[in-house]
Amino acid sequence: MYPENFRYTKEHEWVLVEGDAGTIGITDHAQEELGDIVYVDLPKAGTRIEQGKSLGSVESVKAVSDIYSPVSGEVTDVNHALADAPETLNSDPHGAGWLVKIRLSAPAETDGLMSAADYESYIGAEK
Amino acid sequence: MMDACGIDGPDALFAHLPEEVRMRKPLDLAPGISEYEIVDYFRRRAAENANGYASFLGAGVYNHFRPVLVDTVVSRGEFLTSYTPYQAEISQGVLTTIFEFQTMICQLTGMDVANASMYDGSTAVPEAAMMAARLTGRRRALVARSVHPEYRETLRTYARHQGMAVEEFGYLEDAGTIDLEDLDRKMDDATAAVIVQSPNFFGIVDQVKAAGEMAHRRGALLVLVFTEAVSLGLLRPPAEADIVAGELQSFAIPPSYGGPFAGIIATRERYVRQMPGRLVGQTVDTRGNRAFCLTLATREQHIRREKATSNICTNQALIALMATVFMTVYGKEGLRELAAQNLAKAHYLAGQLKPRFSGKFFNEFVARVDGGEPEAVNRALLKQKIIGGLPLGRFYPELADSVLLCATEMSRREDMDAVVKAMGA
Repeated sequence: MYPENFRYTKEHEWVLVEGDAGTIGITDHAQEELGDIVYVDLPKAGTRIEQGKSLGSVESVKAVSDIYSPVSGEVTDVNHALADAPETLNSDPHGAGWLVKIRLSAPAETDGLMSAADYESYIGAEK
Repeated sequence: MMDACGIDGPDALFAHLPEEVRMRKPLDLAPGISEYEIVDYFRRRAAENANGYASFLGAGVYNHFRPVLVDTVVSRGEFLTSYTPYQAEISQGVLTTIFEFQTMICQLTGMDVANASMYDGSTAVPEAAMMAARLTGRRRALVARSVHPEYRETLRTYARHQGMAVEEFGYLEDAGTIDLEDLDRKMDDATAAVIVQSPNFFGIVDQVKAAGEMAHRRGALLVLVFTEAVSLGLLRPPAEADIVAGELQSFAIPPSYGGPFAGIIATRERYVRQMPGRLVGQTVDTRGNRAFCLTLATREQHIRREKATSNICTNQALIALMATVFMTVYGKEGLRELAAQNLAKAHYLAGQLKPRFSGKFFNEFVARVDGGEPEAVNRALLKQKIIGGLPLGRFYPELADSVLLCATEMSRREDMDAVVKAMGA
């Protein structure tokens, strides 16, 4: 369920780090909890984001939730396809439902994030 | 009641407040009086109103006829006492009227979506500017000096704590329309909104198209403002505008002492997520029947908190309903006819005076006063039970010898002729 090569936050975001590039998304657990996602508000390319700070928000039929960035850096790409198909976040949160790509400014930050196994036990405990 | 609450007087209710914020003297209110005295007091005060006076004052508040049907509808208890329609299942009546309001505002402005109303035109303008700032990611607004001076003041008040720079551009001395060269000089890549009013404060149909092209070339949005909604009966809808912000007082809302009124914001569908305020949408109920409910409420403060599009958490439902009934009573043809009457009367009056500007105007125009100080002319007119035009020196020092005159369907020829005479033309 939860890819081994991702790192996870307690706020239910994931990041995939490849070199100094990171791809950020929300977890399957998060989309499950949110319900049908109807809108995603994302930053523009070039925006600087900080670990733990809001980089945007997702809106479901139930609520609006902030997306907290797992890492710091500069946004290099935004998943514009989500504007027309926000439901992709429900159907494929770990793949086509990625949110932004960033260039990491402090790669060591990932050391403080959870592994897939840790995250699974974390959400198990949360339930 | 005091025994039940365990207190010995009203003071005890405020005991938890710090001493320094409490008022130590009694309120400056007369002791209780009888119902008869109250009624008598208000009758005497009401008699001080300028009832039966002819008025040539416009400048944002207009003297139009209010169809009797308006008060008949809005004074129904179902409308008068109803609360915000959060619960769609018990609020279909109010929701239906708001949906109709939004629909008619879209038809009038040519926009795709309109909200359930704003407090008034003056507050709709800064809301539109902040909306443009969110959409463009920029924080500067360029506003024409020919936008209502009090609207500009409200804009500056809002902008001060929003980190938004507000700068003004001028108008042409001869035409009274916006100075496009001045606008071009002041445009930059940090400008979020170009704000233009049409008909502008001087009553002149302004260069909306040219302003729109100039704004769009630099990636800014065009905010179009109107204060005289009746003009929409004749003028082409502002297709160039990205956001329309206006005042509906002309639509059967009494001038009162300057409020309460109802404003509007209308925009393109692609901008709806950044639109402030309530929005009613059409949906279906569990049985598939057409129904209405508040929609896109996640833009609003009660859900999104500090990240809401605006801190407006309400609308002017009852006042906007007056405008809804007005629009329903007049209809498309009626509104066109009403606008044509306004145009004809204002042009009859202007024909005998010397309009200061050469630009095309609707039902207001600026005229120089030859017969003395504008204020003195107005005092003389008041004795004939005529309220003259607005002396412009208060807002535009360079126009201190001029007044802004407005004629509507309510203006009688004899009163217009009296104004002409008093102005020394």
